[in-house]
Amino acid sequence: MNAVFIITGKEIRDGMRNRWVLATTVLLAMLALSLGFMGSSPTGAVKVDPLTVTVVSLSSLSIFLIPLIAMLLSYDAIVGEVDRGTMALLLSYPVARWQVVIGKFLGHLFILALATIFGYGLAGITLQLVHGTVNTSAWEPFVFLIIASILLGASFLSMGYLISTLVRERATAAGIAIGVWLFFVVIFDMALLGVLVADTQQTLTASVVNTVLLFNPADVYRLLNLTGYENISMYAGMAGLSEQINMGRQVLMVVQLLWIVIPFALAIFFFRKKQI
Amino acid sequence: MSQYQVVLSGVTKTYARQHAVNNVDMQLKAGECVALAGHNGAGKSTIIKLVLGLIHPTRGKVELLGNDVSSRAAAQVRAQIGYLPETVALHPSLTGAETLAFYARLKKQPLANNHALLSRVGIAQAAKRRVGTYSKGMRQRLALAQALLGKPQVLLFDEPTTGLDPASRQMFYEIVSELRNQGSTVLLSTHALAELDGQADRIIVMKNGHKIADGSMSELRQQSGLPIRIRIALTPGSESAGKLPTAWRKHNESAYELHCSEHDKVQAICSLGNINGINNIEIHTPSLDDMYAHFLRREDV
Repeated sequence: MNAVFIITGKEIRDGMRNRWVLATTVLLAMLALSLGFMGSSPTGAVKVDPLTVTVVSLSSLSIFLIPLIAMLLSYDAIVGEVDRGTMALLLSYPVARWQVVIGKFLGHLFILALATIFGYGLAGITLQLVHGTVNTSAWEPFVFLIIASILLGASFLSMGYLISTLVRERATAAGIAIGVWLFFVVIFDMALLGVLVADTQQTLTASVVNTVLLFNPADVYRLLNLTGYENISMYAGMAGLSEQINMGRQVLMVVQLLWIVIPFALAIFFFRKKQI
Repeated sequence: MSQYQVVLSGVTKTYARQHAVNNVDMQLKAGECVALAGHNGAGKSTIIKLVLGLIHPTRGKVELLGNDVSSRAAAQVRAQIGYLPETVALHPSLTGAETLAFYARLKKQPLANNHALLSRVGIAQAAKRRVGTYSKGMRQRLALAQALLGKPQVLLFDEPTTGLDPASRQMFYEIVSELRNQGSTVLLSTHALAELDGQADRIIVMKNGHKIADGSMSELRQQSGLPIRIRIALTPGSESAGKLPTAWRKHNESAYELHCSEHDKVQAICSLGNINGINNIEIHTPSLDDMYAHFLRREDV
């Protein structure tokens, strides 16, 4: 068996044992359910599938929560093991350093994916059962929401790994991870909004703003979810916006994948040079 | 391939300001048990980490089983190595058996031998318990078991006996001598020198990153030049006290004492041959701790 998968397996087992999987699954399911039930009160009149409304509210909340969970999982991944001394022991085995990083990353990604699929999936099924309408067309954006959420989580996981590789202290890693999370999830959009408001000459064109949004994986996620489906963009109040956004889903997906690959490649690069 | 399993040539490792290891040469043969002695921060752990390739030397070269440790081939060579870290860190959520299985898979070893290995280090009865519930000694034993996986050619033990009770310590040295007889190279670091007596073929004394002594126990004794103390007790009222060579000094009523070098030891005892009425002869050779303290002091001057 390849060393990567041995390490992945151990990481998953660790996640199961220390209740990470259980806790995040329950958290995500509760969130999805409460949003689904509360959000469905206005849909009574318009006869919209509760799932469609849930996608809108859920994607707004996932933007905060999924990156946070990813950061919490990953900030400790490298620096924590170096600190405890388990990394020195692991690297005394016939294992290449890139195998260690990839193995651990895949394990964490699996934990995150499992929690998202089960948490959101169970909530989705419950909502449809409660409302008695099984509308398969509403499932497509919902499934896509789950996939996009996993990709969003992966991009923050890989940033967390980069942070965890670069610092020497666990506390520093935690601090930087929270800082990065805050920057991408809150500050980035507020700053952009501020600039747009201040820009009375309208020198910033729509395409410039579009490009700027690509520099934030959280915004890429929002665009992927809220503008991808006509129904959704209408409820999200983004119907007008989606006409301005001429980037296809493929472009957004590629950008999101770059957000995963680039920080992760850097993490491997720095880990190979790291003195344990 | 050279006859040496581990070779350090002119190795210096510099951290921000200080030399953790300074221009150290070292060769370890197969079937040799070498002890690295030194105070805290003398560079013992750094040398072990250099051999493992966890850190790279600032200057000089480290070779392990004929390969440069920074080369790509070294990753595979590490299948031939067992390492026991200074602070035993294992994953608390795994059980003892799972921990050993995890490491055995990484070394591509069959899991069938694991149970025997756990019994060998005396924790087979706790194999199904989580490592988090283990005592320090049990964790140390489990860590020793993982180091023994796959009959490694080179074993690196970083302060293996700290925190072990005397029985465990004895078990540990039994395993070490077994490994040595099988032809493995054992490098162990320690500052409990007294327990090394009879265990290590060679002792390397480190101080502030410098190698200050290297040799077998009796070679070190000679290098140190510490006197051997011979004390004889004569029958009370014996006349033979006058016949003793002048170098012998009176210790008390009937006892006399001589300080001599390792070199003159045999001659000094032979010179007692024509003296009658000797009740007892005590030979006090300097202990490892004496020698060690001496080496450290000498460098201070």
